[in-house]
Amino acid sequence: MELEEICKIVEARLHTSSHSRSCRIEQAFSSDLMSDVLTLLADNLLLITGLNNIQTVRTAEMADICHILFVRGKQPSEKMIELAEEQQIVLMSTAFSMYKTSGLLWTAGLSPVY
Amino acid sequence: MHFEFDIEAGDFSNAGYASSKIKKILKQLNLPNSIIKRAMVALFESEVNVIGHSFGGTLSIDIEKDRLHILVSDTGPGIEDVDLAMSEGYSTATKEIQEMGFGAGMGLPNIKKNTDYLDIRSKAGDHTEIEMLIHFDGEGEQGDSAG
Repeated sequence: MELEEICKIVEARLHTSSHSRSCRIEQAFSSDLMSDVLTLLADNLLLITGLNNIQTVRTAEMADICHILFVRGKQPSEKMIELAEEQQIVLMSTAFSMYKTSGLLWTAGLSPVY
Repeated sequence: MHFEFDIEAGDFSNAGYASSKIKKILKQLNLPNSIIKRAMVALFESEVNVIGHSFGGTLSIDIEKDRLHILVSDTGPGIEDVDLAMSEGYSTATKEIQEMGFGAGMGLPNIKKNTDYLDIRSKAGDHTEIEMLIHFDGEGEQGDSAG
């Protein structure tokens, strides 16, 4: 699924450069638990999370995740945006809940990891 | 190549700094992505553990011809029951660690899954040493279970 399509479906706002990495989004995973995220083997993932701190971006960096979507209107800090740009990770946010966000994207055809 | 990083207790804002530096070096060495990913999970979980559970310590990494040798050592307070600490879901994490998205009792099991060799030397009231090996042609336990 293309980034633009995801943004349209969940009415997301982009916080970083959208063209920073040409990695296609094939699957999504919703979690606030970063240890859970670190167990994933899948590539080209979208991480949907309500955890809004620098460790979310660090975890994505370590797990090779290039797209993070923050839910419930959480806005990434300047420091998070700076680190994300440096690591070429795309940050987005939506006002929708994690449940609604996941449901809308699943309905639109974005596959789950499990 | 040998690299060493001092890890400060409670310094959550810098968690991942050492792992990130090593990731850049491993990428420059053109190692397979799967090996880099396993190394990063093991290193990052270790960094978070030292920051969140210890009085501070060091992360020492040797990049050898066919493997990564990682030694994590702290200055205490030690692990009371290593077997219990290795079981998924067991955690002594503080609220601060949990707010960072960790502390669900998955750190050590996750490290084990991503390494080819793991040895935890510790006792209550003393320091902890964790030694890990990641072979460049290995798969860790994760490879075994994921098929």
